[in-house]
Amino acid sequence: MLELEHISFSAESENGETKEILQDISLKFEDGFIAITGPNGGGKSTLARVIAGIHRPTAGRILLDGEDITDLSITERARRGISFAFQQPVRFKGLTVQDLIRLAAGKDITVGEACDYLSQVGLCARDYIGREVNASLSGGELKRIEIATVLARGTKISLFDEPEAGIDLWSFGNLIHVFEKMHQNLGGSILIISHQERILNIADKVAVISGGKVEAYGAKEDILPELLGAVPSVCKVLNDSVKGVE
Amino acid sequence: MQSVEQQLLKIIADMDGTPEGAYNIRANGTAAGRQTTANIDIKSKTDKPGIDIVIRPGTKGETVHIPVVISQSGLNDLVYNDFYIGENADVTIMAGCGIHNCGDEESRHDGIHTFYVGKNAHVKYIERHYGEGDGTGGKNMNPTTVVHLDEGSEMEMETTQIKGIDSTKRMTRAVVGKDASLVIHEKLMTHGEQHAETDFTVDLNGENAGTNVVSRAVAKDRSTQVFRSNINGNNLCNGHTECDAILMDQAKVCAIPEINANHLDAALIHEAAIGKIAGEQLMKLMTLGLSEREAEEEIVNGFLK
Repeated sequence: MLELEHISFSAESENGETKEILQDISLKFEDGFIAITGPNGGGKSTLARVIAGIHRPTAGRILLDGEDITDLSITERARRGISFAFQQPVRFKGLTVQDLIRLAAGKDITVGEACDYLSQVGLCARDYIGREVNASLSGGELKRIEIATVLARGTKISLFDEPEAGIDLWSFGNLIHVFEKMHQNLGGSILIISHQERILNIADKVAVISGGKVEAYGAKEDILPELLGAVPSVCKVLNDSVKGVE
Repeated sequence: MQSVEQQLLKIIADMDGTPEGAYNIRANGTAAGRQTTANIDIKSKTDKPGIDIVIRPGTKGETVHIPVVISQSGLNDLVYNDFYIGENADVTIMAGCGIHNCGDEESRHDGIHTFYVGKNAHVKYIERHYGEGDGTGGKNMNPTTVVHLDEGSEMEMETTQIKGIDSTKRMTRAVVGKDASLVIHEKLMTHGEQHAETDFTVDLNGENAGTNVVSRAVAKDRSTQVFRSNINGNNLCNGHTECDAILMDQAKVCAIPEINANHLDAALIHEAAIGKIAGEQLMKLMTLGLSEREAEEEIVNGFLK
């Protein structure tokens, strides 16, 4: 179980002012599938980076299965079982897709095993395994490889920052399936930052982060209707006009 | 041969015992073994140190090994090797030099290799440089490669200097004929106080001549590197040169790519990028459980693979 206790994070903006990006966030993530959503700029990605150890919180504690990991490095947290799929995957000149998956798995793996992870994210493994993780791969391909590295790690906490971004409509259904399967096979918590209704729909719980604070957190059944009901005045207009065209 | 020399041979030429095919081994400035085949002849030069390697037209799939090893401190070895590759041949040539210097005098090998590649022939040329030994004596190498590519021929050149050479000046001069192409991949790593200079000049003289000169380098500690490439497009041709370097510690790298288009249909591109390892790259590998040091190693090894 991952617990955030009174987490705050502030950073200096370009004009030298200190900006509070996260304010007193307390959340308990039990095992299961938890979606984190909310408006852009609300602090979701920052929260993910605080969990992964990339940012140190300015206040508060992070507990993993009761152990205080607030002062642990990225590496130490990874070794204790936190995996993080970046929103914008990093490119490497020279490292191949297989290298990345091998490093993620933490041991030498066969081509067959590496291919298995790639097929799960909808990539035809044979075409990708030897390719360099460089600019020759599209954004969508990189995103899927990023997700495959988290699958290969198979840790108790898997954190995804907007996995759907950059993935085309055709692969999206497949992606949902990947997460459903992860949910079944992986005991542990899957935390997904997402704006996609279909991803929110397969979650057990939903957290809404807005303006650096927890606006709502609870069972999907309680949160979603309110969330989807609150926004759509604009969408309704859109729907009406589409109907009008029909 | 002693075990030190055998060890060097293994590193620079993947040689365990005697290789298949033609070979000529030079150890401490003298011949230490030679084998020719029905299609490949190797003769000692009579006017200066070195050998002529003559490959018959149409020879396919054969390999020539010509490694040089030096384990004697203070040896200054200069050698001229000329390769005559017959029309339509398709061969692999593995050269390389290993120096083991435990003494305090300079050990040096200067190899001048000239290739005459016949019509429609294909050559893969692999060259590895390596130095070891705790002595204070320098381990220096200055390879010169001269390439003449006849109509329709191709040469792929892979040069690697991964460790232990204190000072190197590599010079490559190539003249590329009609429909011929030259591809060069250089991999270079310097550390300590080492200095490496590479200098490529390619003249694209024939119609449809092409070249791709790619260098990947890592400079660690206080080492310094200079990369120069000059592609002259003198006809309808395609040329590309790229230098990519990772900078670490207090190292310095200088890249000077130059392209000269002397013909309206010459299409030439140069690229050069030097920089330290991106923080995001380290971070990503750390989220996979690697320490910062391990992450750095993986990135460097992958880059020079």
